[in-house]
Amino acid sequence: MASLELKGVRKAFGATPVLDDINLTLEQREFIAFLGPSGSGKSTLLRIIAGLETADAGEVWLEGRRIDNLPPGERGIAMVFQHYALYPHMSARDNMAFGLKNAKVPPSEIERRISEAAEVLEITALLDRKPSEMSGGQRQRVAIGRALVKEPKLFLLDEPLSNLDAALRLRTRVELAQLKQKVDAAVIMVTHDQAEAMTLADRIIVMNDRRIQQVGPPMEIYSRPQNVFVAQFVGSPAMTLLPAILAEGGEFARLKLGDGSVLDTRVPAAALPAGNLRLGIRPEAVRVTNQEATTKGKVDLVERLGERTLVYARLADGQPITAEDDAYSGIKIGDEVPLLIDSSAAHVFGPDGNSSHGTAA
Amino acid sequence: MTSERDWRGLLFVAPFVLLYALILVFPLLRGMWLSLNQVDLFGAGHFVGLGNYTSLLHDPIFGASLVNTFEVTFMIVPALTIFALLLALSLNSAGSGAALLRGIFFASAVLSVTIVTLVWRFMLAPDAGLLGEIWKALGWQPLPFLSDVHLVLPALAITTVWWSVGFPMLLFLAGLQQIPQDMYEAAALDQASRWTTFWRITLPSLRRTLILVIMLQTAAQLQLFGQSQLLTAGGPSGASRTAVLFLFESAFGRWELGYASAAAEVLFLIILAVTFTQYWTTGRAAAGSDGR
Repeated sequence: MASLELKGVRKAFGATPVLDDINLTLEQREFIAFLGPSGSGKSTLLRIIAGLETADAGEVWLEGRRIDNLPPGERGIAMVFQHYALYPHMSARDNMAFGLKNAKVPPSEIERRISEAAEVLEITALLDRKPSEMSGGQRQRVAIGRALVKEPKLFLLDEPLSNLDAALRLRTRVELAQLKQKVDAAVIMVTHDQAEAMTLADRIIVMNDRRIQQVGPPMEIYSRPQNVFVAQFVGSPAMTLLPAILAEGGEFARLKLGDGSVLDTRVPAAALPAGNLRLGIRPEAVRVTNQEATTKGKVDLVERLGERTLVYARLADGQPITAEDDAYSGIKIGDEVPLLIDSSAAHVFGPDGNSSHGTAA
Repeated sequence: MTSERDWRGLLFVAPFVLLYALILVFPLLRGMWLSLNQVDLFGAGHFVGLGNYTSLLHDPIFGASLVNTFEVTFMIVPALTIFALLLALSLNSAGSGAALLRGIFFASAVLSVTIVTLVWRFMLAPDAGLLGEIWKALGWQPLPFLSDVHLVLPALAITTVWWSVGFPMLLFLAGLQQIPQDMYEAAALDQASRWTTFWRITLPSLRRTLILVIMLQTAAQLQLFGQSQLLTAGGPSGASRTAVLFLFESAFGRWELGYASAAAEVLFLIILAVTFTQYWTTGRAAAGSDGR
């Protein structure tokens, strides 16, 4: 049985549509990330699942039960809010107990669940404190605890790491991954941070412009992006896109770039649409070389990241391209450097923005 | 630091200190001094020590006026607080209808006490007033609100609640706006009923506003004066004479300035004591409940 099912969900705020025909099925115990920029509709979708917004059309099913007409508290869903939304005048214990008391869970059972959750989250010592007496990370744990004790069928996490500082964010990310192993429920996390989505999720739902752009496991999203938006949004630094036209060739597409250089891709030529194409290439597939090069670029900016060096350059026709070099690169701004493009890793995008991938990718 | 620099610093605060001393500290001390003298409005007085205070202690009219003051305060403050809170709760929405009603309910607060008492004199008049008409329509005998010793304080209280509800309502509305929306969303996911949400989320979040409203209104209503003077002149037979009306009559009716000052000092101490008691008890309770 599927965990969560969304069927044809639509939503508009006044005349502004925010979600258009969303269809999605979650497996049992799956960890899903809604990834997208601000305004992509991902938070609205989460709130529709929680019952905090009402969809204009469509159905929401959870474990075989239709829930879109139920009040939020009766859906079998728990949510961790972005700003935690802990009740400030209640202790951590009362915060966690509040929902259970309202659901008429017996006191001994409430006590058992709270002490269990507190142990898992290592907040037993904090149970009698008020939120104002806790750090941001501790508040977050209490907020997660409040969701855990409900033993829901589905967890919703709204930007769970966005309010934490960098060090705590990394630690909490690891802890969320461990928590995922312990809970017997599906999890949906909303985030605009691709590193969070890539490291935590079983599948990523990339959203933009009211629609789901792509659904898939993290590495599939990364290596086989379905369109220009996904290709550019996932991956840091972003994929380079270069205008290209199809040159005469055999089974695989041979592309001619704006500066005249020619690239033999592994994309079947027959699959490509007519018209102007775009070549997509990730920085790690473009190397600064001293051997035979594909093309050459003039260096705009050099970023030394420690384990590697990023080189931002321009081709002869002015198109920007991002390349990689060794950690101890001697390249300076203004240098003209030969670039070797690994054409087997190339993606080709048609005029409609949809992609074709090399057979090796 | 040199003494020269001290003086330059003082120059900056001098305007405020002078004004403060002139219009607040001096009258306060002058009032205390007056209360120790037997003095009328024009002639020079003579020092009588605590004589005015002992007279007050044995003055049944002053005692009755204090009792009236406490009674009317006790009627007004809870009713006003609950009414203002209910209004704020029902008008705490973004709609234009709610905005209009907020304006209407606040409008009475900007009226002068003269107009308020004029309006309510018509409302309360047994033969022609609105309340009398309602009573008659229900088949009852109209009640003589302003001439019955048992009804006159409730009538004063009703008038005052109508007049004063606007400002506490605004305070409550401001308090309600401070409660984050996601708190209510969390409560909805926690299966809290509307009733539970009100008692466990809204009311505790309004705690500080509630304390503020009760303290401000208690201090204000212990000084109730205009309504009682204009509506009934303290009658019938002193049943609506408040403490401030008593000292007004002493000072500007019988020209006993020293005696009136002594009454004012007593009222001042009472208000101070009540306010501090409220502050102390609620402050400790608040500290115990939200840990700040």
